[in-house]
Amino acid sequence: MTSLVSVRNLSVTFGRAEVVAGVSFDIEAGACTAIVGESGSGKSVTARSLLGLTGGAVRAAELRFDQTDLLTASPRRLQRLRGRDIGFVSQGALVALDPLRPVGREIADSLRLHTASTAVERSKRVIELLGEAGVPQPALRASQRPGELSGGLRQRAIIASAIALRPRLLIADEPTTALDTTVQAGILELIERLRDQGTAILLISHDLAVVSRLASQVLVMKEGRVVESGSSARLIDAPQHPYTRRLLNAVPTDRPRFDRLTEAPAVPAAEVTPDVVLSASGLSRQFGDLQAVDDVSFRLRRGRTLGIVGESGSGKTTVARLTLALERPDAGSVSLLGEPWSELAETSRRPRRPRIGAIYQDALSSFDPRLTVGRILRDSLGTPRRDYLAVAELLRSVGLSPSLAARRPRLLSGGQQQRVAIARAIAPRPDVLICDEPVSSLDVSVQAQVLDLLDDLQRSLGLSYLFITHDLGVVRHMSDDLIVMRAGRVVEAGPTEDVFRNPADEYTRKLIAAAPRIEAVS
Amino acid sequence: MRRVTLVLAVAVIVFLVLAALAPDLLAPGNPLAIHPLQSFRGPSFAHPFGTDESGRDIYTRIVHGTGASLLIGLAATAIGVGLALVFGLLAGLGPRWLDFGTTRFLEVLFAFPGLLFALLFIVIYGPGVVTSTVAVGLATAPGYARIIRSQVLVVRRAPYLEAALVLGRGPAHRLFRHLLPNVAGSLFVLVTLGIGQSIVWASSLSYLGLGAVPPAAEWGAMLSAGRTYISSFWWMTFFPGLFIVLSAISTTVLGRGIQQRGRLS
Amino acid sequence: MALPVAAAPRSSVARRWLPWLLLRLGGVVFVLWAVATVTFFAIRLIPGDPAEAILGGPGSQASAAALAKARADFGLDQPLPLQYLHYLGRLAVGDLGQSYALRQPVITVIGQNLGGTLLLAAVSLVVAAAIALGLAAWSAWGGPGASAVSSVLEVVAAAVPHFWLAISLILLFSTTLDWLPPVSIPGAAGLILPVLTLAIPLAGFLGQVMRESILDAMASPFVLAARARGEGSNGVFWRHALRHAAIPAIGLAGWAFGALISGAVVVETIFARPGIGRSLLSAVQQRDVPLVVGVVIVVALGYMLVTTLTDLADRLVDPRLRAR
Repeated sequence: MTSLVSVRNLSVTFGRAEVVAGVSFDIEAGACTAIVGESGSGKSVTARSLLGLTGGAVRAAELRFDQTDLLTASPRRLQRLRGRDIGFVSQGALVALDPLRPVGREIADSLRLHTASTAVERSKRVIELLGEAGVPQPALRASQRPGELSGGLRQRAIIASAIALRPRLLIADEPTTALDTTVQAGILELIERLRDQGTAILLISHDLAVVSRLASQVLVMKEGRVVESGSSARLIDAPQHPYTRRLLNAVPTDRPRFDRLTEAPAVPAAEVTPDVVLSASGLSRQFGDLQAVDDVSFRLRRGRTLGIVGESGSGKTTVARLTLALERPDAGSVSLLGEPWSELAETSRRPRRPRIGAIYQDALSSFDPRLTVGRILRDSLGTPRRDYLAVAELLRSVGLSPSLAARRPRLLSGGQQQRVAIARAIAPRPDVLICDEPVSSLDVSVQAQVLDLLDDLQRSLGLSYLFITHDLGVVRHMSDDLIVMRAGRVVEAGPTEDVFRNPADEYTRKLIAAAPRIEAVS
Repeated sequence: MRRVTLVLAVAVIVFLVLAALAPDLLAPGNPLAIHPLQSFRGPSFAHPFGTDESGRDIYTRIVHGTGASLLIGLAATAIGVGLALVFGLLAGLGPRWLDFGTTRFLEVLFAFPGLLFALLFIVIYGPGVVTSTVAVGLATAPGYARIIRSQVLVVRRAPYLEAALVLGRGPAHRLFRHLLPNVAGSLFVLVTLGIGQSIVWASSLSYLGLGAVPPAAEWGAMLSAGRTYISSFWWMTFFPGLFIVLSAISTTVLGRGIQQRGRLS
Repeated sequence: MALPVAAAPRSSVARRWLPWLLLRLGGVVFVLWAVATVTFFAIRLIPGDPAEAILGGPGSQASAAALAKARADFGLDQPLPLQYLHYLGRLAVGDLGQSYALRQPVITVIGQNLGGTLLLAAVSLVVAAAIALGLAAWSAWGGPGASAVSSVLEVVAAAVPHFWLAISLILLFSTTLDWLPPVSIPGAAGLILPVLTLAIPLAGFLGQVMRESILDAMASPFVLAARARGEGSNGVFWRHALRHAAIPAIGLAGWAFGALISGAVVVETIFARPGIGRSLLSAVQQRDVPLVVGVVIVVALGYMLVTTLTDLADRLVDPRLRAR
């Protein structure tokens, strides 16, 4: 039997830049092939070449879908293929639907473009499809705009539109990025079901853990080339290429605390006395009708990490903002280093602000766009003199070259930006660092570097972290103690390993089960 | 393409600035010299833009009028942006009631759209260079004020201001080191784009006989003078108008160029 | 974030729209009152005796008796607050007073001239939108080269003053080619040049805004998703990009209204076309205060009407606004 898709020696160039070079793979009907790599590795462009939508110049010895030679097919033929025979679930569930049109209309478009049907038939089919994709109340949802749907529902709607005509191939480009853990698990289950029904899947991800569950074949891409490919079992059990090993090693799930995610060795730990540096009691905060945070208490000791894990809407970010005294609690209080904190007036709090720092998910927007990295760090050091040495020292301490001081943050990579944010946060020598989803928008390999850096800094400086994330794998790897939040309340709290080994709460168990982990399909 | 237009725009602006600062360098003649025997000559080698009803060379008059015309545009923009800055900052930085009040006030001003406010102002204070310049400034102020207010609000809500608060920076530091400098960037673009528009507006008022008056060698006044002869001696209005168009286009292109750069780098 | 708008019954449409409508109406009334008040007190700033202005200005050497009679006729002998209240009361019933220069009720003068201006403005708006859309569509299909050329065309069009454009068009089409009349004679031929003069600068502004948002939309992930669904270039443009370009274009409507009215002042004067713009200019030149005030108030009313309608259109095109 010949394969459904056959790609031989594919290369894609944009101007003079060769983004994809010499890529070959096959996809069998009813099987899942995955492409794994960091952003900029050319994985998305490779996938889009099957749709004829790269926007660059495509060359290949063979680029075949079923009987169709995609290299010589007319634009009209390709257009008929798209949506009917090849479905596409694009990256970024939050932006892949037209915000001005009802969701149902987008799904009906697939039917309208490829079948002779009436509007009534189509809207009936749209509701069936939404139901099939696991959207509750499909009739209502079909009439709503994307802005009224949660991220998970939007991604399901996109899948519904991609599978409307039962395509033989479904391309899923980072289908679960930016989704909550349980939502991610649901989407992956849906894709798995489609595969079992006979649809071939091309899955694109930066996360080996996400693909390992579905894919039988995996390609690892780096800088436009395939560095290693093979069955996913072989790749995971016996990775040949050092880059594959590095990717595998970067996955934090089920990795005990202090286990290194990168090859760099750990720094020796400084001696600290484990006194309580930060404590909150009975924190509550209401926004309108929404009880965002409801009676949350915790204690954080010096040199330790307290993880707060929860899905979107759980109130974890509000806890961070209350702790940083950016919001006032309706009830309860926060104390810092044993002294009152949240109930102080801002003027009396200001001199003590250097004791508590913060890093955010979107590091770039936390920098004044006019300032260079050097200026940002000089400001944070509080030295009025032009202290270039201190800035260079600070940059080195987060693993960046001092030459970056002259650059502006937006020209740096996501990982470098987060390192600069960390440098700025540790410059005033704080006791506590609030980390709000610091690695959520980073590729797994970059995430590993940042997590190891945070670990090193904690040891050498005796820092305490309040580590907020939606990612179970990350939080288990990073924290000593754990709080699980849902709808503003603490559903479970305790030492991290205890919570993971014997989750007492039903929701915690569900969360842990949903976290993607590396597992080879047999 | 974009680069070519930008270079052309800068060349025009350099020419205009040179004409404003040292007109004799580009046109050594006397703009007010009368030669009755050479009146109403069409464009020729001796008079590239022709002559007017008194035989004055129009090219010389245009070059010598550049300073006054640019000054009117600059002054009107300064008045407009200056007022707008006050209102925009009050609304953007002040307490909620002040924002509410200022916004309502601006809404009322918006209900005098376009030239209307300028015309009302001229009815009250009478026509003339000064009134028309002030009128254009006042008429453009609400639009600028709205842009400045929304810019202030965007920067005020920016995460980097909160990051500065977390680092323990006081209100003065946040205002003067972060907020105002970031608003100033877009203000610069606003001013560049505004000068061209102000010149167009002021010259429109002059053309209608409500601004600068002949025999001054100011572009608007030249237009106003040429109006009477428009059907027979087109060059008297065409060439001064061309310079208004050129200055408006080049400042717009320059302003947009700066805007693009700010977005990219 | 799933919003709890879930099973809202249809009858809530009225509940959702009514408060908004009442708020808008209140805003319109407030702005009109403020405009009337500002103009009323502003014209008191005019130096000199208003009675003299009625009788033809300081040069008219009017007798004391004539001045007294004019004062009584126009109610200028009453205390200021009373005059203000009378003025508001008359405004409320649509009485804008007597024109000094034309010796006619202002409302009649405006009524006679409004139609011509509205026709001119409406046709110009349609032509401008068509030109802007054409340029935007050409940019979307023609690639970067087309986009750069139309960008230059738009900047030039937007920077050209009306009077200069009018002169150039007359020179080209009337003086040189002798195709079209240089003055606005009744009928379609007389409308062409005035409409082009008004439409071209407006098209420049509209085109800049629309092209930018169309190109943004064409590069967005939802358009990639639509293409991957098998949508062709036409479908992408009409079903997705155009809608996104409509939002900023609608937002410009209030401004465009002002630009058209201001342009009409110049265009109607140059082409000797009867209309509200030309009346306004001659009223300004003759310091015919009641007529100026009347036109200002009518234009303000029109402006408020336009912005209210655009708000309504915005909420229809972009349902995200309705949630607020």
